[in-house]
Amino acid sequence: MTPKKRPTTSLPAQLPLDIDALLDSPATRTIVCCGSGGVGKTTTAAALAVRAAERGRSVVVLTIDPAKRLAQSLGLAELGNEPRPVRAIDLSAGGSLDAMMLDMKRTFDEIVEDHADPERAAAILANPFYQSMSSSFAGTQEYMAMEKLGQLRTRADQEGRWDLIIVDTPPSRSALDFLDAPARLGSFLDGRFIRFLIAPAKAGGRVYLRAVGAGLGAVTSVMTRLLGAQVLKDLQTFVAALDTTFGGFRERADATYALLQAPGTAFIVVAAPEPDALREASYFVERLAEEGMPLAGLVVNRTHRSSAALNPEQALAAAERLELTGEHARTAGLLRVHAELAQQMVTEQRLVTRFATAHPAVPRVEAPAQATDVHDLAGLRRIGSDLAKP
Amino acid sequence: MVASGTAARGPNPWDDVRLHIVTGKGGTGKTTVAAALALALASGGRRTLLVEVEERQGFARLFDTGPLPYEERKVAVAPNGGDVFALAVDTEAAFLEYLEMFYKLGRAGRMLKRIGAVDFATTIAPGLRDVILTGKVYEEVGRRRSGRQEYDAVVLDAPPTGRIARFLNVNAEVSGLARTGPIRGQADSIMELLTSARTVVHVVTLLEEMPVQETADGIAELASIGLPVGAVIVNRVRQPALRPSDLTALGKREVSEAEIVTGLEAAGIRPTRQTVAALLDEGADLAARVALEKRERRRVQALKRPTYDLPWLPDTIDLGGLYILAQALTEQGMR
Repeated sequence: MTPKKRPTTSLPAQLPLDIDALLDSPATRTIVCCGSGGVGKTTTAAALAVRAAERGRSVVVLTIDPAKRLAQSLGLAELGNEPRPVRAIDLSAGGSLDAMMLDMKRTFDEIVEDHADPERAAAILANPFYQSMSSSFAGTQEYMAMEKLGQLRTRADQEGRWDLIIVDTPPSRSALDFLDAPARLGSFLDGRFIRFLIAPAKAGGRVYLRAVGAGLGAVTSVMTRLLGAQVLKDLQTFVAALDTTFGGFRERADATYALLQAPGTAFIVVAAPEPDALREASYFVERLAEEGMPLAGLVVNRTHRSSAALNPEQALAAAERLELTGEHARTAGLLRVHAELAQQMVTEQRLVTRFATAHPAVPRVEAPAQATDVHDLAGLRRIGSDLAKP
Repeated sequence: MVASGTAARGPNPWDDVRLHIVTGKGGTGKTTVAAALALALASGGRRTLLVEVEERQGFARLFDTGPLPYEERKVAVAPNGGDVFALAVDTEAAFLEYLEMFYKLGRAGRMLKRIGAVDFATTIAPGLRDVILTGKVYEEVGRRRSGRQEYDAVVLDAPPTGRIARFLNVNAEVSGLARTGPIRGQADSIMELLTSARTVVHVVTLLEEMPVQETADGIAELASIGLPVGAVIVNRVRQPALRPSDLTALGKREVSEAEIVTGLEAAGIRPTRQTVAALLDEGADLAARVALEKRERRRVQALKRPTYDLPWLPDTIDLGGLYILAQALTEQGMR
């Protein structure tokens, strides 16, 4: 394919996002790819990982829910919960690439096993609340992705096997869920409700309930009416059993959150040139700034390009002229195809310009739309080089 | 342009359906499709309710209104009369309402809020949130006013395919946890509605590999837990401006630059090398995309579900665009 130029619509002058500088800098130790669902987060994370490894970094990439064929291209036939080397990577620059897919239930089980004595761990693992919470409820994925990132960071620091961690984030309701999950867990663990749930076991709970003006008996009676006695008992057993591991949870969640604010971390916000995706990216960029989290920049995936010097109106007018003569049908068709593409470019650039105007300090790179889907290393390399040389 | 799906032209397969659940991979446009579906189902003097549960205010933007409060608001009038209402569910308010309705917990509900149980239920306890949201949808479907159903149909803009089975099946999960008690009864009633002939789950897709794969996986997962799969709605279907034979030639790079140079001159455009090369590239890209779309179309057909096509619209979707999409659904027999 011939090299494609930037679209003709002019944009406010802006810092480009220099992907290679980011990947090459030894100061970059963790890259978090976030954004709303369906914008190509996982593919972007994988493409960055392949590029960084082939440029000499020792990389581990954590993917959350990759498409089957993308996973296969990274040598991930099944959930492993342990990084595995990706073969077929060019190692000549001295780098390496390990990849893993998050197994959220396994990750949760491991935390329990690490933090409770065997008897207590067995009780938690067998509790019906634990089983449904760890395997099937929404929200757990965010907690566990964050947990796994913390584990990888610790191992990277201790073992020195990796000098760059790249993480994909779960396909949440909102990209912000990933940031909020650990804080929510923390607020629950410090919260009033937990003290009520473990109140029967701890005198402090009773004192606390009196302080908020609610009798233990009244609360228990309401909860029993709501849940039924058996459920309430299961829930209390679960919470009481988890109580011993809570300290560990909270410290780890806090540590991981601090890690996200550390200088070695870079957030890459991924979007598509569509209103919802860019709006979500906007929220995310604002939130990162509020939290003091380091934003590397915005990747706008799937933008359309053309090097034909014809705007949509010119192309359409020319196609209509030819159609009136009844000749050159093929050229007329190509002009219509171009008019549609050029119109789409205008729409996309309007959306991107709106974002750029609102966030002038955010470096940005636009990656071209691929004519077909990407699910092999060659495709990931192509995306990586598109991101580096837009 | 008339979109041409393969949905039944005979008897309407959705006559008995009261709850249309719309899911799809992220980025396929399921919120837009849900809105268009509610418009189509309202046409001819009916009343439909659109429900969103992810606190994104997607309908407010589509219907160009201010942020929707937690109450049913009329957002559009359907073609040939008919009203579309929208409801953006606020999880916390829904939870308190739910406690009041099912357990008559006035003051006690406030006490639960004070001790943090409401916060726990709506934001922290994974899953409880889904129980509340499906409970609210259940209530809307059953809502009656002066002896008849308040809404002829409820359309739910549901979580994406990756989470839909988990979301809808949460009440079965609850039934497993609560062997008796009031929660058990409520969970069973919701599952009864969701697995009945009054409910269908439609899956929105694009003719691209990953969305079609997720559609196939999602349908299999829904079917495996007994949830009724409805239609596959193919969004953003484009009609290529080139004849199939021309596309083939362009894909094989058999069209000469000279031909395009002559054509452009005849159209009054000075043909630069760059423009000619770019047009041929764009033709080849389109040929590749059309070939891929054909493959994906065959995979959609293999799913053996009624299929509806929605046309690609060149600009971002606004109210006018919604009417075009609703009309396409109506023309293909969605009512």
